[in-house]
Amino acid sequence: MLPLFVAIPLGVGFLLPLIEEFRDRTRLFSLFVLLETGGLLALSLIKFGDKGIYRMGGWAPPFGINFVQDGLSSLILVVISGIAFVTTLFAITYMKEYENLGKFYGLFSLMLAGMYGVALTGDIFNMYVYLEVAAISSYALVGFNRGAEEIEASFKYLIMGAVGSVFILLGIALLYGSVGSLNIADISVKVSELPDDSFIVLSTALFIVGFGLKAAFIPFHSWLPDAHSSAPTPISAMLSGVLIKVLGIYALARLLFNGLNLPGIAPSILTWIGAGSMFIGGMLALGQKDLKRLLAYSSISQMGYITLAVGMGGILIGQGKPGIATLALMGGIFHLVNHATYKSLLFLFSGSVEKIFGSRDLSEIGGLNSVSPVSGAVGTIGTLSISGVPPFNGFWSKLVIVIAAIWGKLYPLAGIILFTSAITLAYYLKVQRQLFMGKSTGNVSESVKTSAGLYIPLLILAICCIGLGLLYLPEIRGIVLKPAALALQEGSEYTKLVLGL
Amino acid sequence: MLTYLLAFILFAVGLYSVINKRNLIKIIMGVIIMEHAVNAFLILVGYRMSGEAPIVEEGVSISEFLSTAVDPLPQALVITSIVISLGVVALMVGLAIRLYQHYGTFDITEIRKLRG
Amino acid sequence: MTGMSSIVKTVTRWVSPFIFAFGIYIALTGHLTPGGGFPGGVIIAGCFILLTLAYGKETTFGLFNLESSAVTDSLAALAFLCMGFLGYVFGGGFFNNFIQSGFPGTSFRLLSGGNMPIINLAIGLKVGASLFAVFAYLALFRAIEED
Repeated sequence: MLPLFVAIPLGVGFLLPLIEEFRDRTRLFSLFVLLETGGLLALSLIKFGDKGIYRMGGWAPPFGINFVQDGLSSLILVVISGIAFVTTLFAITYMKEYENLGKFYGLFSLMLAGMYGVALTGDIFNMYVYLEVAAISSYALVGFNRGAEEIEASFKYLIMGAVGSVFILLGIALLYGSVGSLNIADISVKVSELPDDSFIVLSTALFIVGFGLKAAFIPFHSWLPDAHSSAPTPISAMLSGVLIKVLGIYALARLLFNGLNLPGIAPSILTWIGAGSMFIGGMLALGQKDLKRLLAYSSISQMGYITLAVGMGGILIGQGKPGIATLALMGGIFHLVNHATYKSLLFLFSGSVEKIFGSRDLSEIGGLNSVSPVSGAVGTIGTLSISGVPPFNGFWSKLVIVIAAIWGKLYPLAGIILFTSAITLAYYLKVQRQLFMGKSTGNVSESVKTSAGLYIPLLILAICCIGLGLLYLPEIRGIVLKPAALALQEGSEYTKLVLGL
Repeated sequence: MLTYLLAFILFAVGLYSVINKRNLIKIIMGVIIMEHAVNAFLILVGYRMSGEAPIVEEGVSISEFLSTAVDPLPQALVITSIVISLGVVALMVGLAIRLYQHYGTFDITEIRKLRG
Repeated sequence: MTGMSSIVKTVTRWVSPFIFAFGIYIALTGHLTPGGGFPGGVIIAGCFILLTLAYGKETTFGLFNLESSAVTDSLAALAFLCMGFLGYVFGGGFFNNFIQSGFPGTSFRLLSGGNMPIINLAIGLKVGASLFAVFAYLALFRAIEED
């Protein structure tokens, strides 16, 4: 069953441009993509919690390529499918006036195929190939409008992404040169036999830089605000909601925890990069006027939380505190799920705001609550969640991370997290004041105000934002988050699952 | 070891070109040089002095084959990465042509509509 | 004036069928000799690129235009995926080599690779079509925009 996650989007991705060559049927394309993402969502929910591997072409690991499903990849599959489904619902209404929709949905499906592949594969070179499939489709999608700014953003993203890919490939080459295997589980076994190899250290550094470029950690972030604000809105939601997580932090964590057995100083580097991204991203977001740019900088900041939590988990494993390490990893994964929901909610919301007012500049628009109460309410839920106000999901994941930092006696990190939360609250209060309150200005488009197709996806995500707080309850946490955290923490379990030792 | 070092120097040249040059075409060339450096390195990883083609023939035992043959896996990886870099480079050049249409220049310091 | 001098045109007319056939050969025997779908496809694309250079785009597009290259591209990719699914149905696993088991003892013949020649041919067609499309779009960017 596992190859279907890659095969279905790949098939749809090639079928839609083929149909478009003969006739341009926007409704047919929408139906296809909706069926595809809906089916994949159902499949990922049915398969949730399963463990197992799939041998491609019947070749046993470590020789053949294999797909691995464990606690973490199950969760990532559900996140990708869920966000993709909601984004497609939104795109059907939003993208109506655009041309070449067959190519748009085709590239969208290819991007999905790449992300599913990265989430599932158990082979580093295969991971690189899927990563490039997802990345190349996203470069093209960012420049889909073909305006000057879109092309510029796409080119910037393309150069940075290509450099990142080359770093990753060099890391893979060095790793293959020193251990002679490409299977992640097999690498883990062989690395534990030769712990102090300088090539492995070098390749770890290359992986951190390469995946850091994909995940927009702070010294490498300059492409993200341009790319995420220039892309068509559904794509911005996909990029910020899922792509940077799957291609960046998930792939890096999988390699560092399960493949390289957490080499020495890597977790602390990851932690401090995370802390830096969190803080500087938040500070840069404070000064933004464009709503989408503000959201993009806030993505950098929120990615910092996830990275910090994952790195902190690594540090705590190294210190011999497995219980707190599980808590930190659970916090990171919880925050990943939460950020996927509320950041895609906010990006889709920014798209509907742009449709209503015809602008995204916060100094030009205002009074959303009186213009469109539904949109205002949904946006308020999103901003409250991301700034960490108690009943919503953002609060609970930040709470878990802070508790883990305090119990692990990493007080400076706890301080940075709390301070950054205050900054986050500050810039979202600015959004609140300028966008939701105040006088209604600009030309308001009446037809968009009542369009159900734009609001239903937003409402679904808003309900998720409230409902996902339930993951904090120990019973639900034990089913959903704990297997995911343990999949990273217990490297030997992964090896056992793949190699059957 | 010296050949590995040469691959790394080539990589550094490409990286320098990407970071330091202002012309779009030179930046694209930098990315291409980096990709070729990594491909060269991958081939060197699997290279064996006076090795043979990795094809099992009749009458050759597996241990004998392993001691003489070149590692074929890096070559398979290199052709895959060449295919990928072909796609990336085609997209890059296409975007550069579009940028030239919009801005009338290849100088990245003049292509700056996005700021902040 | 379209195309190059008559010497180039004549040589191209003589040589290009052989280049095309060689590309197919490289793609089909990829499981026996060095080669395979990608090199074969590049050679096929090279044949069309040579035709474009020698005769100009009108002649080449009369044989193989951008629409048909897009269609070939997608169809070949779908054929590749279909082989994966057929392996799922008949061979018990995605991309399992389901034809191999039907022809035992035919080593070093065309069919000894099982479904490999078919997969290689699909890859060859896809690479050929898309490489030609890349060349055409980049080299004839302005001409295509104006059409």
